[in-house]
Amino acid sequence: MIALCFAIFLLILPTAAIGGVRAFDTPDDGGNSITVVWDTEPLRASQAEYVRIEIQRRVVSGSGWDDLGKIPIDDSVYVDDNVENGVGYTYRLIFTDVSGGAIIVDSEPAKSSPQLFNSRRTNVLIGVLICIVVLGYYFYRGRKGGFFYVRPIAGLQAIDEAVGRATELGKPILYSAGRGSMQRVATIASMNVLSSVATKAAEYNTPLLFPNNDPVVAAVAQEVAYEAYVKAGHPDRYVAENIFYLTDSQFGYAAAVDGIMVRQRPATNLFMGSFEAESLILAETGNSIGAIQIAGTDSTIQLSFFIVACDYVLIGEEYFAASGYLAKDPLVLSSLKGQDMLKLILGILLILGAILVTAGGGELLSVLEIG
Amino acid sequence: MNYGITVAAILTLAIYSFLYKDNPFYKAAEHILLGVSVGYFVAVTVSTTLIPKLFIPIFSEGKLSYIIPGILGMVMFLRFSKKLSPYSRIPLSIIIGVGAGVSIPAMMQAQIIAQMKATMLPINSLSNIIIIVAVLSVLIYFYFSQPHKGAIGVGAKIGIYFLMIFFGSTFGYTVMARISLLIGRLQFLLGDWLGFID
Repeated sequence: MIALCFAIFLLILPTAAIGGVRAFDTPDDGGNSITVVWDTEPLRASQAEYVRIEIQRRVVSGSGWDDLGKIPIDDSVYVDDNVENGVGYTYRLIFTDVSGGAIIVDSEPAKSSPQLFNSRRTNVLIGVLICIVVLGYYFYRGRKGGFFYVRPIAGLQAIDEAVGRATELGKPILYSAGRGSMQRVATIASMNVLSSVATKAAEYNTPLLFPNNDPVVAAVAQEVAYEAYVKAGHPDRYVAENIFYLTDSQFGYAAAVDGIMVRQRPATNLFMGSFEAESLILAETGNSIGAIQIAGTDSTIQLSFFIVACDYVLIGEEYFAASGYLAKDPLVLSSLKGQDMLKLILGILLILGAILVTAGGGELLSVLEIG
Repeated sequence: MNYGITVAAILTLAIYSFLYKDNPFYKAAEHILLGVSVGYFVAVTVSTTLIPKLFIPIFSEGKLSYIIPGILGMVMFLRFSKKLSPYSRIPLSIIIGVGAGVSIPAMMQAQIIAQMKATMLPINSLSNIIIIVAVLSVLIYFYFSQPHKGAIGVGAKIGIYFLMIFFGSTFGYTVMARISLLIGRLQFLLGDWLGFID
């Protein structure tokens, strides 16, 4: 009798313990996702050998269950990324053992919704706020008339010389922003450099050719260049057709710019923006026609090609400093000073972090983990 | 005979003829490539963007809010009107503003916080010390508001050496990848086209 009761208890025990199935809105996401979790410990502790978990879903107001698939027996999480926001769903897990017996457990209904704030990226927010405060302080000082020293940057000092050379030779300047879309920071920085170059081109009445890889960049470049020509007092010298869209194709663009270089023979090539594999093709062709070449990009791999084929190269941050350096605008220069201060803060934090990790306090660095 | 392969091979040779000098074959290949690529991208844009992301949501799914980006897109065409072209700056400003807004936190995440964490290494091995010194010295090199003299000058000099080591290694690495692209083209010409190699 006791043995029989014990056998019944063993049969009942796993059935009673398996469960803990919980469905909830996936946190810190843009919606359309519900996470289902369950406890796998009772499965392992169970006498029965479970081999399969199947998951089904039902809209709360609906009737039939939809199969979502099978889950590996060791998994304890399922993320359903195919749900509608605001609609209640119930999930059913079917645990099947080796003999074919099954236990069915349903979750409570759950609804998905988007979150406005991703709490796992609070560290990013704090970082951005620190940048805003530091830059804001230096902007404030810049507005008050503060003077900010900027060390000489050879590539930027050479831009004047390059534009002057094109003027002396009576040849055009060729400007390329590479393959970046308008959303890329390097392309936005390129428009700032373009503004300074176009101002000088307007003053010297030197044609400025700007073939583009992206129609939106072409449109923005036309606006920026026109503004620069107006600012220089020579709107009549602006030729909209000289800033044009070629193609989205990477090597189609490279082939066409190469063709422009060998036929129009620009005296100066400026490669400022985001570049990919076309960088060396462009720079080598420019080198072969004897143009003075200045490149600036944040594309680290392409910098090595520009270094071997161009006369001057603006490396990463130097390129982003270009707009302030060329414009000599105290406000833009103040942002450079602010960036330097942020680099100093980063350097100090790096040293402190390394010392902390060496001293065994590495767990504290978990604040830098990004969700 | 596969005419597609022959056309591709002739166009490949026409592009390679630029290595000698600019010539009518290169010009022809260049213009074909430009024309075909623009036509292709127009078709891709219509089939992967305009239809699934604008027309179907508006006309089939009734998502009327999608009309707003549709109108903004059409405002871009006002560039062709001398009188109304200033209005085309509205969508451009939105693109730039949204682009900067989206990329700033992404850069903070990927290029500052993630790299900071990767650099905070225990000072217990030569490689870790080299990594930390390299990052700090390169940061000093990119410090613009102080002249590179004295201790800052020494730090910047070390930084530029590390940068040059990086550029040298990436140059070699990428050249190897480009050589493999050339090998692929040669295999196409000698194998697929002429059948000299299997």
